[in-house]
Amino acid sequence: MATETHGAEAAGHGEGGGLVFHPMDQFIVKPLFGDGAVGIFTVTNVTLWLALAVLCVIALMVLGTSRRGIVPNRMQSVAELAYGFVYKMVEDVAGKDGVKYFPYIMTLFMFIVFANFLGLLPMAFTTTSHFAVTVVLALAVFIAVTVLGFLKHGAKFLELFWVSSAPLALRPVLALIEVISYFVRPVSHSIRLAGNLMAGHAVIKVFAGFAAIAAVSPISVLAITAMYGLEILVAFIQAYVFTILTCVYLKDALHPHH
Amino acid sequence: MAEEPIAQELASACIGPDGSAIGMPQLCGEWVGNQVFWLILTLVAIYFVLSRVALPRIAAILAERQGTISNDLAKAEDLKRQAEEAEKAYEKALVDARAEAQRIAEETRAEIRDEVAKAQEDADRQIAAKTAESEQQIAAIRASALENVEAVAKDTAEAFMGALGLGADRAELDGAVDQRLKG
Repeated sequence: MATETHGAEAAGHGEGGGLVFHPMDQFIVKPLFGDGAVGIFTVTNVTLWLALAVLCVIALMVLGTSRRGIVPNRMQSVAELAYGFVYKMVEDVAGKDGVKYFPYIMTLFMFIVFANFLGLLPMAFTTTSHFAVTVVLALAVFIAVTVLGFLKHGAKFLELFWVSSAPLALRPVLALIEVISYFVRPVSHSIRLAGNLMAGHAVIKVFAGFAAIAAVSPISVLAITAMYGLEILVAFIQAYVFTILTCVYLKDALHPHH
Repeated sequence: MAEEPIAQELASACIGPDGSAIGMPQLCGEWVGNQVFWLILTLVAIYFVLSRVALPRIAAILAERQGTISNDLAKAEDLKRQAEEAEKAYEKALVDARAEAQRIAEETRAEIRDEVAKAQEDADRQIAAKTAESEQQIAAIRASALENVEAVAKDTAEAFMGALGLGADRAELDGAVDQRLKG
């Protein structure tokens, strides 16, 4: 096992040996047409998989509900389930006045959940495993929530950091901690999602690399299967976590008082 | 990662000469612009699809279903109420009919009793009349019998007197017989 681990490290540096591991190659962004450099507007594999996510959202939420049945068919039930799931989450966590922002949160959830699951297809490119993507999502939430808080409450929004239930002497210390944790939010929010997906996909690739050795390949295949099952769970849970944290941040903006 | 000299000649600073990634592709700065651009486009597209088409439609479907369900429940409640009313009405009709039947039976019984009483009275009266008539007839018969006895006695007396050869006056004889009969 020690030599294989060594081999993995060697392969990671592009030297190659008996075992070839390129667990990170699946995350490379490349143009769909030609081999040129990747500019801002280049149509890349990112474009393809983002577009597929959009198509899936349209297929489920628009085509799936086109029958408008009082008694829903399968697709419509799933669409209604997704709607009810996120709607209830927004209502429960952010409160009645958070429902106004439901379409934005629904957009986030539908995008993340479809991007995650599309990334689980073999040979797929996982858009949400890139920090560039999740940071945009997290920053959008962070900025929107902060601006909303100040618009709704003005300077009173800062009471979010002033824990009025704590002893007076502790409050400045707590305020400092609260401010730090507030600014760490977008970081943890984005890294949690991308990190989970990247790690899972990379681990699957590593196990797949071991499949080249006949002796361990059955274990390797079993491990891939197990990881895949776990990744299916992770794909949904991370979308859920991202969405519910967005709701929590929204609640802080709407009701900053502890 | 990007500092490696070999990267300068390649299409990307993040891809090694063998086509595999150098370090984490996630940290490759030159792809960020592309990803962010397409991501924003994607999010805007999804947002418009959801907020303009999908979400209002699903909300309408759910509201319609809720309406249908509550309508149906109300209708069921109404029908149940109607059924209960019908049952009540039926029971009331049953009770009324029973009471009516009892009343009619009572009336009929009373009528029959009256009729019977009347008939009995009539019969009694007729019997009384018949009895009186019969008594009269018996009296008449008894009277005529007496008269006959008288006549027979007078005739017998006359014949007896004749046989004795005494010969008597008829009127005197009658008076004697009458006197005897009265005594």
